[in-house]
Amino acid sequence: MKLDDLIYSRSEWLKGEGPRSNIAISTRVRIARNVEGHVYFDRANNKQREGTLKAVASAVAKSKFLKKTLFLKMEDISDLDRRFLVERHLMSQEHMLDTAHKGLVIEEKEIVSAMLNEEDHLRLQVLQSGFNIMEAWRIVDDIDTELGKYLSFDYSNRFGYLTSCPTNTGTGLRASVMLHLSALVMTGQIENVFDAISKLGLTMRGFYGEGTEALGDFFQISNQLALGHSEMDILDNLERIMNKIISSEEATRERLLKRRKQEISDQICRSHGTLKSARIITSSETIRLLSAVRLGADLGLIKDIDMVGINEILLLTQPAHLQKINGREIAPHERDIKRADLIREKLEKD
Amino acid sequence: MKCEVCGKREATVHLTEVINDKVTKLHLCEQCAKAKSEEMQSHFGLTDLLSGLMDLGQAVPGGKIKEGVRVECPVCGMTYHDFQKTGRLGCGKCYETFSGNLSDLLRKIHGSDRHVGKMPFKGKGVIKDQQDIQRLKNELNGLIQAEEFEKAALLRDRIKELEEGLKDRAEES
Repeated sequence: MKLDDLIYSRSEWLKGEGPRSNIAISTRVRIARNVEGHVYFDRANNKQREGTLKAVASAVAKSKFLKKTLFLKMEDISDLDRRFLVERHLMSQEHMLDTAHKGLVIEEKEIVSAMLNEEDHLRLQVLQSGFNIMEAWRIVDDIDTELGKYLSFDYSNRFGYLTSCPTNTGTGLRASVMLHLSALVMTGQIENVFDAISKLGLTMRGFYGEGTEALGDFFQISNQLALGHSEMDILDNLERIMNKIISSEEATRERLLKRRKQEISDQICRSHGTLKSARIITSSETIRLLSAVRLGADLGLIKDIDMVGINEILLLTQPAHLQKINGREIAPHERDIKRADLIREKLEKD
Repeated sequence: MKCEVCGKREATVHLTEVINDKVTKLHLCEQCAKAKSEEMQSHFGLTDLLSGLMDLGQAVPGGKIKEGVRVECPVCGMTYHDFQKTGRLGCGKCYETFSGNLSDLLRKIHGSDRHVGKMPFKGKGVIKDQQDIQRLKNELNGLIQAEEFEKAALLRDRIKELEEGLKDRAEES
């Protein structure tokens, strides 16, 4: 398995399959772990960092769940490759900085990935298409339990799993679901969702996670609290609330279709038209228009492209993906032209 | 659209800043955005929010660090002041070293400072009794579901015994 093999494979986070995938794009569950007796990354010197990297990498190499994997050292790959991996949600933006002694393990289906020496020694994540919190947790849990036989994790009787940042202490668990909430945005109800979830110990983030803005009505919702509740309670709570939000988005879509069909169709078809005819298009405009087309496909107003096709365009038109497809670094303006070309090609084919 | 900082290159990064409830939008080229992001990192972040929750210096009972006393983690050399600056702990031992202050902070963040949930297979922090309790609790659930209440009652007593033992030990330490 090579890094470039990923370019044309369908990333799990944008596959467009799985339960309730008309609204829930993907589910991610990650845990943070540190190795007992090893100083945390930010505080460690180079020798300590390298020692931790080796210890965690050798435990991962023994895992029966991680047989077919790609191991990358962050300093060995190009900046473009690193951005490409962030766009596929296989690693965080933070992992791109300070690259020495950092590693990334990607399992061949891109369901499991592990960041070595990010803020914590090990950040293990599982991605699932659609709304699939419990299945994602089951996989994370199994791998974590297995790795815990090879590594002594930092753990205290009282505080639970110890992490570099106190916001992760306890379970070290963060689960998030990427939702497409067009109808709730259109009807102005999204603000209420924001307010409600923050009172329930959840938080809402943008397209690329922490510190990013919401684009095209795509929102990532995740748990905020990691301590004082068991993993099952945290996940169950998130699952119940997500279910509510998804159902309310579905109901609002149906209502919109009944009451404002002409306006909605107009908006969706214009977006579709722009995508089919644009010659220059930025990535944020692409996401915004695809968001409308995605809604159209779900409501049956657009028939010549399906969710899988739309999600594929969302994935491939991201800046680093476009450059990887073309095999070279491309300046922003030229990228906008290449992006428009790719979209037209994909939409004409469908 | 041209970049609002250099006015030369095409703007490809669109930034929304919220300062004192005032929203400003900035359209920047890649180079100027990079410079801006470095500037912003030195401005405000999670660390600042966390340090707002930390209360170093108050001489409160309960093992907290007293004013003017310099406590340093014996493993990584971190002081509580360092932690306040970075918002990141240096190693597992820091949790023990600053446990009084951290308990407060964790309660403010999570509403609790007691872990419930999974525990690892091995390691210094893992007490065998705790693992037994977890295992027995799982067994207990199975028995209740199978409606084997007599066996369940016996198991429940055993769990209680183990839990009380643990509590005594925690109080002693």
